[in-house]
Amino acid sequence: MEFAELIKTPRVDGVDLHRPFMPTVEGTLCLTGHHLILSSRQDNTEELWLLHANIDSIEKRFVGSLGTIIVKCKDLRVIQLDIPGMEECLNIASSIEALSTLDSVSLMYPFFYRPLFEVIEDGWQLFVPEEAFKDLESMTDEWRLSEVNKDFSVCPSYPSLLTVPKDIDDESLCKAASFRHGGRFPVLSYYHKKNGMVMMRAAQPLTGTNGRRCKEDEKLINATLCAGKRGYIIDTRTIAVAQQAKARGGGFEQEANYPQWRRIHKAIERSNVLQDSLIKLVEACNDQSHSMDRWLSKLEASNWQSNVKEILTTACLAAQCIDREGASVLVHGTEGTDSTLQVTSLAQIILDPACRTIRGFEVLIEREWLQAGHPFQQRCAQSAYSNGKPRSEAPVFLLFLDCVWQILRQFPCSFQFNENLLIMFFEHAYASQFGTFLGNCVAERVKLQLSQKTVSLWSWVNRPQELERFLNPLYEPNNLVIWPSVAPQSLLLWEGVFLRWNRSTKCLDEACQEMVHIIEYNKELQNKVNSLRRQLAQLETEESPLQTP
Amino acid sequence: MYHDTKKYFCTLMSCTEVWWSEMEHIRMPKVENVRLVDRSSSRRTQVGTLYLTATHTIFVGKGSEDRSELWVLHSLVCDVLKHKASQNGYPLIIHCKNFQVIQFIIPQESDWHNVYISLSRLSRPEKYEELYCFSFNPNVDKAEREHSWDFLDLKAEYSRMGLPNKLWHVTAINREYRVCDTYPADLFVPKSVTLPVIIGSSKFRSRGRFPTLSYYCKENHATICRSSQPLSGFSARCLEDEQMLQAIMKSNPGSRFMYVVDTRPKLNAMANRAAGKGYENEDNYCNIKFQFIGIENIHVMRNSQQKLIEVSALRSPSMGEFLMGLENSDWLRHIKSIMEAGIFISKAVAEEGVSVLVHCSDGWDRTAQVCSVASVLLDPYYRTLKGLMVLIEKDWVSFGHKFSHRCGHLDGEAKEVSPVIDQFLECVWQLMEQFPCYFEYNEKFLISIHNHVYSCHYGNFICNSQKERKDLCIKEKTHSIWPHLWENKLDFMNPLFKPDQSQNQGLLRPRTAPYCFKYWRRLYNRFDRELHPRQSELDCLMTVKEETQQLEEALALYEQKLAVLDKERAKTLYMQKGVLESKQALWSSPLDTSLANTPQDYIGGFIGGAPNVFTLQQGERESAELCLFGDKPKSSDADNSDQESGVADFSSHSSGEESLPSEDSVKDPDSDETGPNRA
Repeated sequence: MEFAELIKTPRVDGVDLHRPFMPTVEGTLCLTGHHLILSSRQDNTEELWLLHANIDSIEKRFVGSLGTIIVKCKDLRVIQLDIPGMEECLNIASSIEALSTLDSVSLMYPFFYRPLFEVIEDGWQLFVPEEAFKDLESMTDEWRLSEVNKDFSVCPSYPSLLTVPKDIDDESLCKAASFRHGGRFPVLSYYHKKNGMVMMRAAQPLTGTNGRRCKEDEKLINATLCAGKRGYIIDTRTIAVAQQAKARGGGFEQEANYPQWRRIHKAIERSNVLQDSLIKLVEACNDQSHSMDRWLSKLEASNWQSNVKEILTTACLAAQCIDREGASVLVHGTEGTDSTLQVTSLAQIILDPACRTIRGFEVLIEREWLQAGHPFQQRCAQSAYSNGKPRSEAPVFLLFLDCVWQILRQFPCSFQFNENLLIMFFEHAYASQFGTFLGNCVAERVKLQLSQKTVSLWSWVNRPQELERFLNPLYEPNNLVIWPSVAPQSLLLWEGVFLRWNRSTKCLDEACQEMVHIIEYNKELQNKVNSLRRQLAQLETEESPLQTP
Repeated sequence: MYHDTKKYFCTLMSCTEVWWSEMEHIRMPKVENVRLVDRSSSRRTQVGTLYLTATHTIFVGKGSEDRSELWVLHSLVCDVLKHKASQNGYPLIIHCKNFQVIQFIIPQESDWHNVYISLSRLSRPEKYEELYCFSFNPNVDKAEREHSWDFLDLKAEYSRMGLPNKLWHVTAINREYRVCDTYPADLFVPKSVTLPVIIGSSKFRSRGRFPTLSYYCKENHATICRSSQPLSGFSARCLEDEQMLQAIMKSNPGSRFMYVVDTRPKLNAMANRAAGKGYENEDNYCNIKFQFIGIENIHVMRNSQQKLIEVSALRSPSMGEFLMGLENSDWLRHIKSIMEAGIFISKAVAEEGVSVLVHCSDGWDRTAQVCSVASVLLDPYYRTLKGLMVLIEKDWVSFGHKFSHRCGHLDGEAKEVSPVIDQFLECVWQLMEQFPCYFEYNEKFLISIHNHVYSCHYGNFICNSQKERKDLCIKEKTHSIWPHLWENKLDFMNPLFKPDQSQNQGLLRPRTAPYCFKYWRRLYNRFDRELHPRQSELDCLMTVKEETQQLEEALALYEQKLAVLDKERAKTLYMQKGVLESKQALWSSPLDTSLANTPQDYIGGFIGGAPNVFTLQQGERESAELCLFGDKPKSSDADNSDQESGVADFSSHSSGEESLPSEDSVKDPDSDETGPNRA
């Protein structure tokens, strides 16, 4: 397909661009296959350079022959384009609509994007399971790397290499897989070095209404417990929801069949509920009515903060079981691709200082989200302004980022990165020039040949030039487990995302710059003082012989 | 610590007669085996001894290693409640005006009752003389104490504004407080008004509070004036009052009109007309633009804060309960309305160059709030430590905000109590959140002021007017808070403050979208340590800045020495090494995250509450919990000992001569937990 077919009017002059907190710009609007560009040609900069993929929905309005298109983006930005000429406006609008909802992945921008920077370190090689396993091997010999899913036939949403208990053979894995939703049998998610406890994740067991059981599944899970130890199964659904799942062939582990495990139910919402929550929250944030009551009641009604609290609480619970109770944990919900991953990845941020570095956090996203089969493409197809029928969109990953931000606010010195990194990941998960978040699982990515045909987000982020703006000046490595507060009083609205386009950040930016300045000045002084001291010490030793009588 | 307590009692013994009269109310000076319950987790309790003294309730923990102490000043107690007895004993809940809530469990019913009766009486003093500030006696001599009252000079403040000048002067008319007994002795009025005009105007205003100057803008001569409501009823008018306003308007040569801002809701103001009060009729006054700004009255505000406090004190509420509670309290809506009033006035003055007369009913509550918020917005000086002190001294203390009534210093009319000053401090905090670089002080400063407005530790906020304070000889008998805060200013500095920027900024233009107003957790959950960020950006930056200063000094020293060495290379200098050795470690020191390393109850007692399931691990868990508790007192020790108003320090500092006792916020309870690099 040629993009040109979709672009009837590639270019319109005299278009006004309105953006909140910025002066109106008049310029030429250009449509390309992947971008909406507006330039006033004032100083060789484009005022607007928007990926079609970033457009969530558009609205058209006409006053006489002046058309207005309101473009609502997946990153929550809302901009307005005033286009002279009804026909031009209609053409532009229909092109945008078509180009922003392309069905075929291979037409997406990452397949056309050629980086203007030199890829020094290929981001597709950021996480290599074999190497991660070597680290694990140095700590314990209880685990092995299985190739049972080499051709993605046992579990289509799992990667080809999986860490499983050493004593369980591939045949048992296959049987266990047939007993779990989508074939997602229990695999290792995290090994807690401090006490050797582990966190595993899976999908729900397919017990159904007649209480099916699977010896191999039981054996697999029990193999992760030390003798005499017990573990916790954290089911991210309420008991009622889990019961209902039985009717559809799903279910939960019966205590009688898993006597060494204690089941805990939490109440993390399902994806369609979360999507609804996001839509309501964004609507509340964009409400210009200026009434305090309305704002607070809308914020409350959106339930967004409740969702943050519930996810964070569950993650803390998992971490607590591992670190404080000295017990191993198995986490699952229904499919094991959404709430499960929120919990396992957040628990690792709490427990493992390595996940609080930039690279560690990237690896965490790669390992616990991308390779673990979170269906990014489905979940991030639409954002808060989608007015179409919701299919499987849900801000699961955004909620995870929000939770990380909450922990970051509470431990401002324990993270190597700052809020900007989280916001950037949010943006790229929804629309990007990089291939990282395309596809729904490793199998799909292999098929799409992403690593050959597209550039990895990590290749770009990890360049020193880019890294700079993601660094937290207050960072001091902290090897402790960090326990956040989950009280409503402690959880804040993530303004950096939800009010980002409704506020001027001048004062906040100033504060950030000042913070960086204070710390850089301090370091500079330290260096100066150190070198002077060395100089002095040298002079002293040179001259001290003179003084010895 | 225990010795310090002893010392404290000795000190007390040598104290004043007031103390002896207070002693009568103490039915029970000491109760053993009392349990102090940690509110964040009822499973964590400490056993110890409870002492009741003339001024404090003191709890001394019995732990063998950490003898933690908790001091509660009686004047900070707002409520003592008995809760239903259980098999554990008899619970007593103490609610404090600084939002601390303390729960004791007393083993014997009779002790319980006696402590309750004693505390109820001790926390409700009937006479000013019973207040702590009259018995508080740090080791300073008379001259020094008197000097402490000269720390702030309102005359200097007016002259900083540029007054007196050719249009404004001080009138001596209220020197004896005869025209208006709630106004200060010195008042600025337009030079053009005669004494009869002032007197006539004052007779036409509630409580004689005639229009007088609060703030003068040097740049454009616009002023903020304040008064009480006119006694206009439905039709009454007063020529002198009209002349007064005319004179104020004319004293701003650049403008052709002035605003009269009535900060009450229109309905309230209209209702007042039936009582012979009311508001200015635009037809009677030349060139005024009249404006209502609906800020609710003290009763609405009291109820609102009460609801807010209930929400803040909820134990593990759901997000919905918290947000609904916040909404239903209406608190943030009120804060928003006060802020908007301040913005209106500051814009009128700075942007339009028009003078404003502000009043409410009596002109000492909403008027004080609005004038002072406008001043903070207008003048960078009020965003400095000293400036805020001066502002409070001027707009609140001197202009007769009824601190003792509003803060319930004495046992009396509950309907007079209202968090008017709390709202002002909160408005400043909300501004600090929006403008992180434009304030010299940090939120600890505001919280410390809040604490002392209620604590009765210093004399500044005692009584309801300047006249009352004079009659009571406050300056002769008590100490002033301001120099004390000034001495501790390092704790109150905002590391991000950029003075130049703030000067340039001039008028602050805050946003007033509802989401810009936030819940002030640090104030309302001040004592719930587990709710606050476990690491503090503020403390961290403060430490870095302190270190930077030391480095700058070291650098200068080294450069000097190098220069000397360069000059006289033959000579050898002895280096004072070690100056920096210790400092190097500061920034790289490991984090003290003792609290960070304590998980909350994430599951509502699920794990702990099922002993039958996990018999094997129960023992382990308990021991873990014990450990947990074992290392807690260390932090809560620092928390408690200097928390309550200084007497703890009183004894510990008694060797160090001139240091005034520091109180809670000076040594913030969080300081040991949060600051990396503090170690």
